[in-house]
Parts: sequence; C-alpha cells; structure tokens
Amino acid sequence: MVVLNMYKIYTIMFWVSILLAASAVVVVLVFGLRLGVDFKGGSVLELEFTNGRPEIEAIQKSLSDFKDLSLTPSGTNGLMIRTGELSEQNHQIVLSKFKTAFPSSGLEERKFDSVGPLIGNELKNKSITAIILVLLGVIIYIAIVFRRLSGVLPFWAMGLAAIVALIHDVVIPTGAFALLGYFYGVEISAVFVAAALTVLGYSVSDTVVVFDRVRENILRGRFKDDFGTVVHKSIMQTLTRSLNTTFTTLLSLIAIYLFGGESIKYFALAMIMGIFLGAYSSIFVASPLLVWWNKRAR
Amino acid sequence: MRSKSEYVLINFVKVNYLLIGIIVGSLLLFVFVYPQSVNKYVSVPNVPFRLGLDLLGGTHLVYQADLSKSENKSDAMQGVRDVIERRVNFFGVAEPLVQISGTDRLIVELAGISDVNEAIKRIGETPFLEFKETKADTQAIFDAQQNGQRLNEDPLQSTGLNGKHLKRAAVVFDQQTYQSQVSLELTDEGAKLFAEITKRNLGKIVAIVLDGEVISTPVVQSEIKDGNAVITGKFTPAEVKLLATRLNSGALPVPITLISQQTIGASLGAESLAKSLKAGVYGLILVAVFMMLFYRLPGVVSVIALVVYVLIVLTIYKLIPVTLTLAGIAGFILSLGMAVDANVLIFARMREELKAGKSLRASMHEGFSRAWLSVRDSHVTTLIGAFVLYAFTTSIVKGFALTLGVGVLTSLFTATVVTRNILNLIGGPKLENKKWLF
Repeated sequence: MVVLNMYKIYTIMFWVSILLAASAVVVVLVFGLRLGVDFKGGSVLELEFTNGRPEIEAIQKSLSDFKDLSLTPSGTNGLMIRTGELSEQNHQIVLSKFKTAFPSSGLEERKFDSVGPLIGNELKNKSITAIILVLLGVIIYIAIVFRRLSGVLPFWAMGLAAIVALIHDVVIPTGAFALLGYFYGVEISAVFVAAALTVLGYSVSDTVVVFDRVRENILRGRFKDDFGTVVHKSIMQTLTRSLNTTFTTLLSLIAIYLFGGESIKYFALAMIMGIFLGAYSSIFVASPLLVWWNKRAR
Repeated sequence: MRSKSEYVLINFVKVNYLLIGIIVGSLLLFVFVYPQSVNKYVSVPNVPFRLGLDLLGGTHLVYQADLSKSENKSDAMQGVRDVIERRVNFFGVAEPLVQISGTDRLIVELAGISDVNEAIKRIGETPFLEFKETKADTQAIFDAQQNGQRLNEDPLQSTGLNGKHLKRAAVVFDQQTYQSQVSLELTDEGAKLFAEITKRNLGKIVAIVLDGEVISTPVVQSEIKDGNAVITGKFTPAEVKLLATRLNSGALPVPITLISQQTIGASLGAESLAKSLKAGVYGLILVAVFMMLFYRLPGVVSVIALVVYVLIVLTIYKLIPVTLTLAGIAGFILSLGMAVDANVLIFARMREELKAGKSLRASMHEGFSRAWLSVRDSHVTTLIGAFVLYAFTTSIVKGFALTLGVGVLTSLFTATVVTRNILNLIGGPKLENKKWLF
C-alpha cells in the first residue's frame, strides 16, 4: 500500500518536471537569452569612481560624441558602459573624456572587455560542441558500465534515461536565467557554459549512483519484486547519500555565492540550481523513465 | 603459524607506519604550501602560486592575422608569433604568454601589466628602419628648422633602402673606442642598393632613421660593396642592445588586427582574490561542520582526509603549476564539496551494514568495497565533463576545468586511502560497543 502511494508521487513529480522543463523552454523562446559580450560581441567598460560617482546625466553629456552607449550604475560608485565593439583607440578616448570632465572623481578602470563578433560566434559554436560531446561521452560511458543489465532493460535505456534527466537539469536553470536576464539584466557568459557542463557531469554521477544500486540489486537477485519496486528500493537506499553529497556541494557553492564577489555570483547560482536539480532528477525523472521503459519492453 | 594476536600486532604496526607517513607527509606539504609559517626557523623555498590575470590584473588580447597574401601560412604565423614574443619580452612582465590559436589567431596574455594601452601600441607597432640621404637644400632646411621655420619639410630624402633589406643586426664593440655599436648585414639586393648609395654620397651624410627618428648620421668614407653597415652614436650598451633587438625583431610579416581584448584592473583582481579566498575558507568550514555533525567519528576522519586533500591539491597547483583564475578557485571550492562525496557514499554504506547487524570491522570493510563502484562511476562522469571543458573552451574556463579535474582525481585518493587507513587504525575492538559514534 505504501509502495503504491510512492508510485503516485513519482508520477506526479515526473509530470511536474516535464511541466517545469516545458515552461523553461517557453520562457527562453519568449524572452530569449541575454548573452554576454563574450558571446554576442561588443564592449563592456567597468569603471569605479573612488571619490563618488558623478551624475549619470553629466556622464552622458561628456560622452555625447559616442552613440549607442548604455550606462548602468553598479554598486555605490561603479559604472558599466556597454556598447558595440569599441576599438582600443576609442576606448582610450572614452577614458580621457572622463579624466578631463571629472578630474577629481578618482576614476579607476576596473575591467574592459571587447570582443569581436567573430570570436563571439566561435565561442557559441565551441560551447555547443562541448555540450554535445559531454552528452555523448556520458551516454557511451553509461552504456558500457551498465551493459550487463541488457536482460532486464534495453542497453540504451539507462544511458538515455540519464540524458533525459541531464537535459532537464540544464534546461530549467537556462529558463531561470532567461527570466533573470529579462527582469534583472543578468547575462549569460562563458562561465555559465562552464557551470552547465559541470552540472552535466555532476548530475549524471548522481543518476549513476542510483542506477548502480539498481544494477547491484538486480544482479544479486536480492529482491524478487517487480522492477518498479526494485528501483524504488534502490532509490530509498541511496537517498541519504544523494541528499548528503548534494548538500555538501551546495554548501561550498553557497559560500561562493555569498562571498565570492560579483563576477562569480551568477556562476554559483547556476550551479546551485543545476546540482539541486541533478539530485532531484535522478529520483523523479531518470528512475521513472527506467521503470516505464521496462514495462514497455515486456 | 603466527598466533592471532601476533597478526593484530603486525597489522597495528603496519597501519601505524602508514599513519605516521600521512602525518609527516601532510606536515611537509603544509610547509611547502605555506612556507611563511616556518620561515623563522628554517628556510623553505617559496614556490609561489601562479595567479591568472583576472586575479593579478592584466590583459588578454586576441589578434587576427591577415594571411590572404601569404603563401606559407604557418610560416607567416610563426613569424608573427616570434616578432610579437620579442616585443612582449620588453614589457618586463613575468611569464607573458604568446600563443598561436587555430590557423590565423594569436593570443597574448600579459599578467600584472600596468599600462595596457602602451603595451597594445608596442605590440602593434611596425619598427621602420630607413636609410636617407641629403638633398640639395638639406642644410638650408635644417638651419630654418632650428629657427622654427619650414617645420613641415623633411631635410632628408629616402634612398629606397629600408628594413626589408636587412638580413641581421648584431651588437659589436669597436676595437678602438670600446663603444658598442650595431652592425647591420644587408641582403644581396640591399648590398647592391647600399653600394650605389655610398658611391653617390661619398663624403656626405647617409642618415639612419628608425620610426621617423634620425638615430645615426655617419659620413660616408668610401663606397661599401659588401653590404655591411654600422650604426654608431652616443648610445648606452642597453640602448644598443634594444636597438639591435628591435631591428632583428623587425616588421611583422603580415598585418594583424586586435579583435578581442579583456582587461582587468589590478584593484579588481586583488579584490576578487581576497573574496574568493574568503569563500574558500567558509566553504571548507561549512563542509567540515556538516560532515562532523552528520557522520560523527567517521565524519571527523573525513575532515582530516579533506585537510590532506586541500594540502595535496594546493601542492599540485604549485608544482604543475596550475594558473589559478577566479573560475579556477571556484572549481577548487566546488571540489571541496565533491571531495567528501566518496566518503559520504562509503559512510552511508557502512551505516547500512551496521544497521543490518554486522560488526564494526565487517561494516567498514563492506562500506569501502561495495561503495567503490559507485565512487568510481560518479567520479568518472565528472571527469568527462572536466576533460571536455578543458579541451574545448577558452583559457578562462580552462582554469576551472583543470582545478576541478585535479580535485576529483586527488579526492579519489584521499577519500578512500587516507580515510580507510585512519578508520582502520581507530576502529579497533574497543569501539565495537560504541557504535553510536558511527
């Protein structure tokens, strides 16, 4: 009876996940992703005025020679200037304009990124290649490791279930970042891809631990129950472990999020989401899929 | 046959050696990682951590070379790389990076440089050497210029002999005056031109002009046919050396354009470093507290293993050396959480076996041996991610992949070997009825 209720939870959570992932896709399609300069090309100049930031209007006035500048204050004394690609010459002109217009503002150049559109496109392609390669590597690895279960499951089942869970783990944070980008101007940069790839590796390792237990339980023939019950029992056996490793990893990530500074904050946030989802999806996405395929295979 | 107690004794002594090894090893690693701690008493060579330019401040430049007109593209690229490397070496930056990327890209990384703008100018400049001769009214123009007139006129005229006719420049010493000079060896075509120029300018000045500046004005004594010339003047030895190097480094074989620049100010770098160190310390404390609260005695052991892990990883960072970037340190902090992953797997398994009524020793044994497959599989998948990340991304992300990969591999060792040996040692029969500790 208890087990039956558990199955209901799996079904409910599975559909909740599908719904979440689908709405993440919709959000990305509607709002689009706000890509950083490293992907779309362009320049970002980050300045700090140690003696207090001048009025934005005054800054705009002093830079009136340049078109398409977008100025955003950051922190109490900081300023971000975004524009199309700014040549080194124009970059120096902008800086000297600041120095002449606001000589006592204590101007400090914190950061200057300028990326040509060509490089941006390349980085995009590279990132996509990298993601596909990780997915392939994982599916091959799992297919090899779990090949001995072919009597119970088709040999591709575990690999594919893990991949579906992976896509789920990456799609949902991407949707969240589409929202963050739309409402708070958070950008997706190269480190976001690093986060996504790490989540891919980590999340599959979570799934692997559950599947390992399923394999062990089947091969040792410890349970005479049907496949669904075996999977459920394996999940319960690995649950503490899943929660604990996820928790320790989340602890380090929370430390990065809180103390690591502005430039690494959203990287940590993406990882926090991805790693939480990674533990969740091995239980409520990958495992139900396995059971489902097992039923269909018969 | 030895008695059982003898076996226990042997086992005890053996494990003890291992434990002593771990303790002594850890102390040595600690001294290596943080030599400042003992420098009052003994001097330990301080191998510094290598910091990336987002922590030191500095610039990452990507140049695109125009190879459309060159026949041998890889030779041309090598030429560009060599020329720029020689120019970059003058900035006095520690370990500058000049690297060809793909077929027609050049990456230049300068960490800790103060004047990025100046560096960009120097990298892109084309030193232009030219031989010029006097005109009919050279003296008149020159006199007028002394009085501030005719400033737009060049008192000299080009001879057609320039830097592209230069085969080699070298520093030589004049045997009579002991002055250092730059000797120039010209190509065959250059030698022919030079012979004509010296012939028609006998007794007159032929000026040597570098980047539009007259650097030497020798008077031609005789016609020179062998294509050898010398630049003399009031130079310090350092200046002569710089001049020879600049002439040798010569002009770029193909034009280049700057297509990407990422510059980080020194103050932002220092701030990022301080913040990420703080995050690392807090991350370590949080993970340690959690492990001790949740797993009690084995938790304490896993924290010891975690400390050993940190020491080994930091030593590897120093030895390889791994360039630590902001993302790299994030990878390290993340790996702290993952490093205990194997321990969590093992301890969880141990508890299960204990609950099933097995003895402590048997549970420990089962915990380690049964959890191993899961430990291996979960680490391999993370490694796949780190490997792809390292191979297919930009340098900023590479640092992250490298620290993560080193971390995952190291934690495999510390979380299994180190934890197991310490647990074996303390997990003797005395603890058999204190299972609440586990």
